[in-house]
Amino acid sequence: MNYYRSHVLIGISDTALQAGVKDFENALRNELAKNNLQDEINILETGPLGFFGKGICMTVYPENVQYSDVKAEDVAELVQNHFLKGRPVKRLLFEESLKGQVNFNYANRIVLKNSGIIDPENIEEYIGAGGYEALEKALLEMTPNDVIDVVKASGLRGRGGAGFPTGLKWSFTAPLEAEQKYIVINADEGEPGTFKDRLIMEGDPHILLEGLTLAAYAVGASKAIIYIRGEYKLCIERLRKAILQANEYGVLGEKIFGTDFSLEVDIKVGAGAYVCGEETALIESLEGNRGNPRWKPPFPGVEGVWKMPTVVNNVETTANVPFIIKNGAEAFLQHGPAKSSGTKVYTLMGDIARPGLCEVDMGTSLRSIINEYGGGMKKGIKFKAALVGGAAGVFLPDRLLDVNMDFESLKEYAAVLGSGAILVMNENTDIVDMLWSVLRFFRHESCGKCSPCKLGTAYLYDLITKIKKGEGTKADLDQLVSIADMMQKTSFCALGQSPIMPIKSALDNFRYEFEARLNK
Amino acid sequence: MKTLEELRKIREKAQADINLRGSNTRVKVIVGMGTSGIAMGAREVMKAFLDEVGKRNLSDVQITQTGEKGLTSMEPIVDIVIEGNPIVTYGEMNAERVIKVIEEHIIGGNVVNDFAVAVD
Repeated sequence: MNYYRSHVLIGISDTALQAGVKDFENALRNELAKNNLQDEINILETGPLGFFGKGICMTVYPENVQYSDVKAEDVAELVQNHFLKGRPVKRLLFEESLKGQVNFNYANRIVLKNSGIIDPENIEEYIGAGGYEALEKALLEMTPNDVIDVVKASGLRGRGGAGFPTGLKWSFTAPLEAEQKYIVINADEGEPGTFKDRLIMEGDPHILLEGLTLAAYAVGASKAIIYIRGEYKLCIERLRKAILQANEYGVLGEKIFGTDFSLEVDIKVGAGAYVCGEETALIESLEGNRGNPRWKPPFPGVEGVWKMPTVVNNVETTANVPFIIKNGAEAFLQHGPAKSSGTKVYTLMGDIARPGLCEVDMGTSLRSIINEYGGGMKKGIKFKAALVGGAAGVFLPDRLLDVNMDFESLKEYAAVLGSGAILVMNENTDIVDMLWSVLRFFRHESCGKCSPCKLGTAYLYDLITKIKKGEGTKADLDQLVSIADMMQKTSFCALGQSPIMPIKSALDNFRYEFEARLNK
Repeated sequence: MKTLEELRKIREKAQADINLRGSNTRVKVIVGMGTSGIAMGAREVMKAFLDEVGKRNLSDVQITQTGEKGLTSMEPIVDIVIEGNPIVTYGEMNAERVIKVIEEHIIGGNVVNDFAVAVD
């Protein structure tokens, strides 16, 4: 057998045939022979090449160089430069010729694998895509404890921000004896810039229903409530339809699959308070009270809705469960690093070419998320920073672009994964202004229950306003940090504990911008 | 309420439908109808497909909806599924482009490269 140093794959399609791919191929063979390369370089015809360029496309291995829109008259140049000298012909490279080949990454998706493929308002399409197989498996072949063990072994951690191990959370509630236990789904997606849960619910509502039914089975709950933000009209509509269909098909309701397990699902529409994303404030709101957080302990797992044991899970977390039960913990551990297994859904915004959303393995670097899925920066502008995790997030400068995005790696940089919102800013963005709008947000959303947060968020806003106006002093910068630090140590809930993150990261990485604004 | 047996049958049938196996449908048009898609005009795109397909009497074309793929900035998004071919995703669709996709891709069999964003 001949050993070839290089293989050229030429994509044969209708478009390519029209563009004269056969003539191109002959010309390439002749030119290679002329240079005596026919025994070194192998030419193969193939179908779609996995990328999408115009006209005739080809891929050269082993270097995996992709060309598109190549013509017979380019052959001499290609052979001279690429195959003789090993220099790819830049002007013909695929990246240069296409405005945006989009990588949806469907092969690696877990929670959004059906969104954008199936009809969300038709339960049969979800069933056809393998839906409710996990429920069947759990109810007929597994005990509730087996379900918890598998989820524990998978290493699934909460996707709402805190990253608490889900199986562990369930195992606190499962053994408790109570007349009623609840599953509450936190769909009050309030972190600025986050809309991942919206896509899950409106694109594939049944994956959430299946996930929460598995959770209810595992902990012995017979009632589930989805607490959803009021702005998500389409999600509410589709979830209502999905619940009706699921009841009709017997995957929800009384004695599911003829077992003794029954579950009733309700929807509660929130009224738009950021603090209600905090699980105990959410529970207060569910009960019809003002959305203020509760003292912990007791944790909701022991005493939640109406003082009954309650498991509160985020939408994305719950949507991972069907995959884990159906395919086993091992399959889930294939995604991401050991202590942050699975995938993460990110919402990409700001000065990038293709704002939107992607689901990638945990541990993918910020750089590759921005470049591969966000299409890179908008043309002609430079990256300055990314606000990762929403308002309760951190500013990451370019030197941290290669940090792996997972719970453990980010911890090393005092950063958080948070809700998965990534706001990309260009070199002209004013970080002082950015921090000002973040702190204005916190002042507006503080619920007023505890003094450190009620007064602290107002002080922080006053200080940053002063600095923004150019009236601040060096002492004001120090005070921003010391107040936020005090709030982190003394505030009642995560809202007041959060401002330290954006403040500290902004000052650590962009202190010079703040100093330039001071009153000298 | 369905029995397990019935559910399994539904699953088999739905799987065949998704792959267009053994059905009368040759082409499936899937319009992304999430919040972003609708905000960018997915309803108009859906309506344009329904109108044009009706007008031309294309009885082997099925039009359906789905959620978002994540490409928010290029909504409305439409997938064209033709049995045995890779799925083609079009971005930034409008009524004008609908006619082009129907004429060149659904009837003519050629991908409209100008506004295709991905081929799977």
